[in-house]
Amino acid sequence: MAKHIQTIVKANLSATVKTGGCGKCQTSCQSACKTSCTVGNQVCVK
Amino acid sequence: MLDLSNFEGYRIKANVHSYRQGDLYIAHDVNSGSLHLLDERTFNVLKAFEDLQEVEEKITLAGINQIFGQVGKPALSEAELAEIFAEMEELRQAGTLFSEEAEKVTLNYPEKPIVKAICLHVAHDCNLRCEYCFAGTGAFGGSRTLMNLETGKKGIDFVLESSGHRNHCEVDFFGGEPLLNFGVVKALVEYGRKAGAALGKTIKFTLTTNGVLLNEEIQNYLEQEEISVVLSLDGRPEVHDRMRPYANGQGSYAKITPLIKQFATRRPESSSYAVGTYYYVRGTYTHFNLDFDRDVLHIADLGIKQISMEPVVAGPEDAYAFQAGDLDKIRAAYDRLGEELLIRRAQDRAFNFFHFNVALDQGPCLIKRLSGCGAGHEYVAISPEGDLYPCHQFVGQAAYKLGSLYDENPHQLKAELVKDFRSANVYAKSACRECWARFACSGGCHAANVAFTGKLTEVYTLGCELQKKRLEVALYLKIREIQTKTLV
Repeated sequence: MAKHIQTIVKANLSATVKTGGCGKCQTSCQSACKTSCTVGNQVCVK
Repeated sequence: MLDLSNFEGYRIKANVHSYRQGDLYIAHDVNSGSLHLLDERTFNVLKAFEDLQEVEEKITLAGINQIFGQVGKPALSEAELAEIFAEMEELRQAGTLFSEEAEKVTLNYPEKPIVKAICLHVAHDCNLRCEYCFAGTGAFGGSRTLMNLETGKKGIDFVLESSGHRNHCEVDFFGGEPLLNFGVVKALVEYGRKAGAALGKTIKFTLTTNGVLLNEEIQNYLEQEEISVVLSLDGRPEVHDRMRPYANGQGSYAKITPLIKQFATRRPESSSYAVGTYYYVRGTYTHFNLDFDRDVLHIADLGIKQISMEPVVAGPEDAYAFQAGDLDKIRAAYDRLGEELLIRRAQDRAFNFFHFNVALDQGPCLIKRLSGCGAGHEYVAISPEGDLYPCHQFVGQAAYKLGSLYDENPHQLKAELVKDFRSANVYAKSACRECWARFACSGGCHAANVAFTGKLTEVYTLGCELQKKRLEVALYLKIREIQTKTLV
């Protein structure tokens, strides 16, 4: 049990270079903003 | 044990963001997307690493303890330091801390753009005269006009054909105020459903409205056709009415608020991530309401659960534009909003704030994060006359016209513009290379970058600061959410 660092979310974003890029995700500006880039506020729909 | 020589050539500040939010010490590993909670000592060690890298080529144990001494912190004992280093090294080996950025990817695009989403400007006219409207109060710098059915149909045909092998297309009805052209909207939905089905494709429709004309008949129609809706409301009556009046100067709050409330109650299961058929109530904040957290809460108190509040994009000549000194107040407003959300979550009256959405391990892939919003090659806006632009914010700017639906080959978009927009990714922006938030905003909004710097590859720095603050609060809320679930 780690004493100093607790991992809350273990992710591997770099690996999605190989699995991603399908292009099925919603265009970010169609959702709720229209004035800022909100790619990071989306989910992957795959 | 962590080998400090591992950091040679590795910029900690750009790859691990450590910060305090509320009473938590947080480390966000940028390249893996992992999230860690630290104790205070470990946080201080990480910050010392960062500081040392600013002034020294190498991080040394002596250097760390010198920094601790300068800021009045007791020196770490050798045993404590060894413990911290051992935990850091374990996570480094696991690829969740101090992880390396993925090898530079070549973003490959087909020569002919695959446009899968369009913003149809069905009305360059509006029944409001919002002060900050980037559409120039609806007309986008041209004359007030409505899109005719023929042009709309050509737009639908354009996206169905340009989307190639993609089976899901998106059409947003936008303006001005699209409900001023409701007859054409209805006809285009019917046309789009049939034309899409004939090609084995589905069109997802959205509509962005100020709510003035959102009567029962239109609400029923939007429900029946499962059209997602973005509704504009800025918050408290005095805030909303100051910026969103009718042409005669009278405020629009009293008219639209009951209609927006009514519509929101029809979609209690609406997705916070804008998946499926959803609604979002969207406001804009300006220099006049830097305490915009109170406007978000005002909207939430109306019973509305899906809320977005956007910073205004304005030139320095506008009185409502942000001024030097506003940033700290804006940051404080996001902090307060985050804390209030926690209180409301505990009271089972939570709402969703769009900019605090952060899915981390279920979020978009790195390719998407690198490439950005797709404006100019996956997404285009179409003016009432059928002119094509990279996105709704560029409509009316001649230098950014991509083509026209009435060209002999409307799919032949202006090649150099397509190339410019495709190239304006995270790799192309020097400021992003050193920024820990680079995979959250994909280099920012193209339109805002051009408006403030004149270039697609130079960033709008205030926008960057706001993005970073929102992300800090979002990650904090994510940790709080996971902690609460674990306790239950």
